[in-house]
Amino acid sequence: MTAELPPGLAIQKVDERIMTLNVGPQHPGSGHMRIIVQIDGDYIVACDPDPGYVHRGEEKMAEYRNYITNIPHLERPVIHDSCNALYPYVLGVEELLGIEVPERAKYVRVICSELNRCIYIMYWLAIYGIFLGHSTMFMWPAGDRELLIDLMEKISGARVTHAHFVPGGVRNDLPPNFEEVCLRQVNYFEKRIREYAAVFYDNPILISRTQDTGVLSREDAIRLGTTGSVLRASGVSYDLRQKEPYDVYEELDVHSPVMKEGDSYARSKIPWLDMLESCNIIKQALQKMPKSGSVRVKLKPNPKGKGLDSVYKRVESGRGSLGCHIVSDGKVEPYRLKLSVGSFRNLIALPYLLKGEKLGNMPSVYWSLNYWPVEADR
Amino acid sequence: MSVIAPNFKLSGFIKSIIDDAVWFLLIFSLIGFPVVMMVLFVIPMPVIDGELLTPFLAFTYLADPTRTLPIVQAFMTTDMFKIMAFPGFGFAALLAAGTIFVERKMLAKLQLRVGPFYCGKVEGILQLAGDGLKLISKEIIIPAKADKPIFWAAPVLFVASAAAFVALIPVAPGWVVADVDMGLLAVFAVIGFFPIVTILSAWSANSKFPFIGGIRALFQMVSFEIPLILSLLGVVMVTGTLNLSEIAASQSSFPWIVFLPVGAIVFFITMLAELERIPFDLPEAESEIVAGWLTELSGMMYGLVQLGTYLKLYAFAALFVVLFLGGWNGPMIVPPFPMELATEGIELGPVTAKIGGLEPLLTEVITQEMLNGTLMFVLKTVGVIFFILLPRGVFPRIRVDMLLNLGWTKLIGLAFVNIFIALALVYAGVLGPGGLQ
Repeated sequence: MTAELPPGLAIQKVDERIMTLNVGPQHPGSGHMRIIVQIDGDYIVACDPDPGYVHRGEEKMAEYRNYITNIPHLERPVIHDSCNALYPYVLGVEELLGIEVPERAKYVRVICSELNRCIYIMYWLAIYGIFLGHSTMFMWPAGDRELLIDLMEKISGARVTHAHFVPGGVRNDLPPNFEEVCLRQVNYFEKRIREYAAVFYDNPILISRTQDTGVLSREDAIRLGTTGSVLRASGVSYDLRQKEPYDVYEELDVHSPVMKEGDSYARSKIPWLDMLESCNIIKQALQKMPKSGSVRVKLKPNPKGKGLDSVYKRVESGRGSLGCHIVSDGKVEPYRLKLSVGSFRNLIALPYLLKGEKLGNMPSVYWSLNYWPVEADR
Repeated sequence: MSVIAPNFKLSGFIKSIIDDAVWFLLIFSLIGFPVVMMVLFVIPMPVIDGELLTPFLAFTYLADPTRTLPIVQAFMTTDMFKIMAFPGFGFAALLAAGTIFVERKMLAKLQLRVGPFYCGKVEGILQLAGDGLKLISKEIIIPAKADKPIFWAAPVLFVASAAAFVALIPVAPGWVVADVDMGLLAVFAVIGFFPIVTILSAWSANSKFPFIGGIRALFQMVSFEIPLILSLLGVVMVTGTLNLSEIAASQSSFPWIVFLPVGAIVFFITMLAELERIPFDLPEAESEIVAGWLTELSGMMYGLVQLGTYLKLYAFAALFVVLFLGGWNGPMIVPPFPMELATEGIELGPVTAKIGGLEPLLTEVITQEMLNGTLMFVLKTVGVIFFILLPRGVFPRIRVDMLLNLGWTKLIGLAFVNIFIALALVYAGVLGPGGLQ
């Protein structure tokens, strides 16, 4: 035992009382990652999230493809939220290439991105339901999600990976008669998600399970660098649609929901309120949108940036701020592309929140962080 | 059709059937028939209805099928029939299978789904048979470091405990497998056996998630047994007996739930916990501990535990019916059997239908009371099972500390309230000796 250990390795003292649980990667409550949990009886002593099982090298891949062929693979990290995942990249490329986007395309983008936000949150909510053992709350959002998926299919032709945003606008114009169909579906969707409160958010068992668990204070939320629904559930009113409005968000009336409690319940309710707000934004955008006009600027083949240049754009995705830093050196491919994702920022809070919690709170705290493992690994 | 069997030929099919028949006859006549004869030579044949029962009588049954009726009657009064078929295992397993089907379809309707649909053409009615076949044909994997004898024995013991529970339930007047004077005490004893089997299975698997699940199951079952037993004391006080048949018979005018609603509510909640149903399914909480104490069970071992679980569900629902809802008592809705068929015969135009030998069977075994009692019992049990299944679609799972808090403080307190209500009713002379009963 006197032999010196290689750097980076340390011998851990094993306590008889402590049991180490590998929650994942093959576990119904972990997603595509592993959480190493140490428990003493029913209490969690330490928690070590271990992501990286679905790393796909999106950033490196982007260096070998030109600005147009990067589109389909950059939306892969979050296929339910593909419009929002592409949004910062498209905004950045437009600034690099100096393209002015038509007004109608901007509104179409806003509609698509809000629809996609709802689609993502419904999926997230379904999994939150099954994590809490509420199988009805798995099936209802998974079914009602279809309404919006059908709308996105009408717009882009694909049900999940739309690849609809391109530098210079959107790929296609809206189909004829879209406004009425969209308004009808969104109204029904809004009515339907209000019903979830009765079975889910006002359920006394759910409230007693999630309230006052995994409390993240306002200061800690800022210090740990969380974003999106986690930050807004801790009482920080920070939404990029309001703070740094991109495209036409400044012309729309956005009221991002904020709650003060910072517990799992607040974190699980904020996305639901987000969906109601998204419905509101879609209706406004449908009203203000120019009824006709071009939706896409014709690009030259293999567009190039102007010399050494870099741009950083970020948008509010379903999981918080999603940034994209593109460095160009005047070639047809980007020199470097870096994605800064909300999921990974929110995951940082997990060890702090789970310490001292009961094992039964692990799924509710973990999934309330609005974390998507594939996006965090990129 | 050609997709299913592209090389199908009718002539080949008929030929294969004839081949099978020939082989069957050959093997039966060469081996089976001599074996039957040898067995008959050794075993003395029973005498039923003054008639020696020999296999050669079977040929006379072909000419007059009504001659089998005394044998049917004799068989239906044996203990073997009671254990295997009617009030015992077969009846309970049938209801349990129905429960699984209803649960899946009902939950599907609640969740805007279809549920099992394809297996068996009509609404997926054969899905359970398909699942059973799959479980039987799957490989059984035992963890390398498991304590193998105990790990093997635990599922079997679980089903055996559940079947023992079923045996104590009276279904109709006189129709109970084990009519014990201390019936309710026997029920408590059997219920106390489940946590032992659970922790044996969980601990012997030598794996972390089953261990945590087993500990949770132990906590849950032990802490909910106390309010369970206390909630039933009220019924014992007002009836003055522990015999389940007598308790059921004592409710001929009104069920005890009318006077002891608090006890019924406490018993229902503890029942959900003992059955590990949502919202109390902590021992199988999948998002925390995979499948809890069932994690390492594979193949038919898992199937046996599921069978035991649903038998237990039926038995608890039936116990609720017997203790609080009046068991087999209820309005007589089964019409009387047309006795003329057995005695004089019914004239159907030119012919007279008459089945001789039916009369003793109908007056002694399958009476109108027995049929009506069974029907009432099944209707009430199905109703209770429906309410046991319903929370699964409505509630999320609760947490261990909340569960223990509920069991040790609220439910035990309510159970004592129930006992005081029963005491007051007995002392006031409303119920019990000299009272309404």
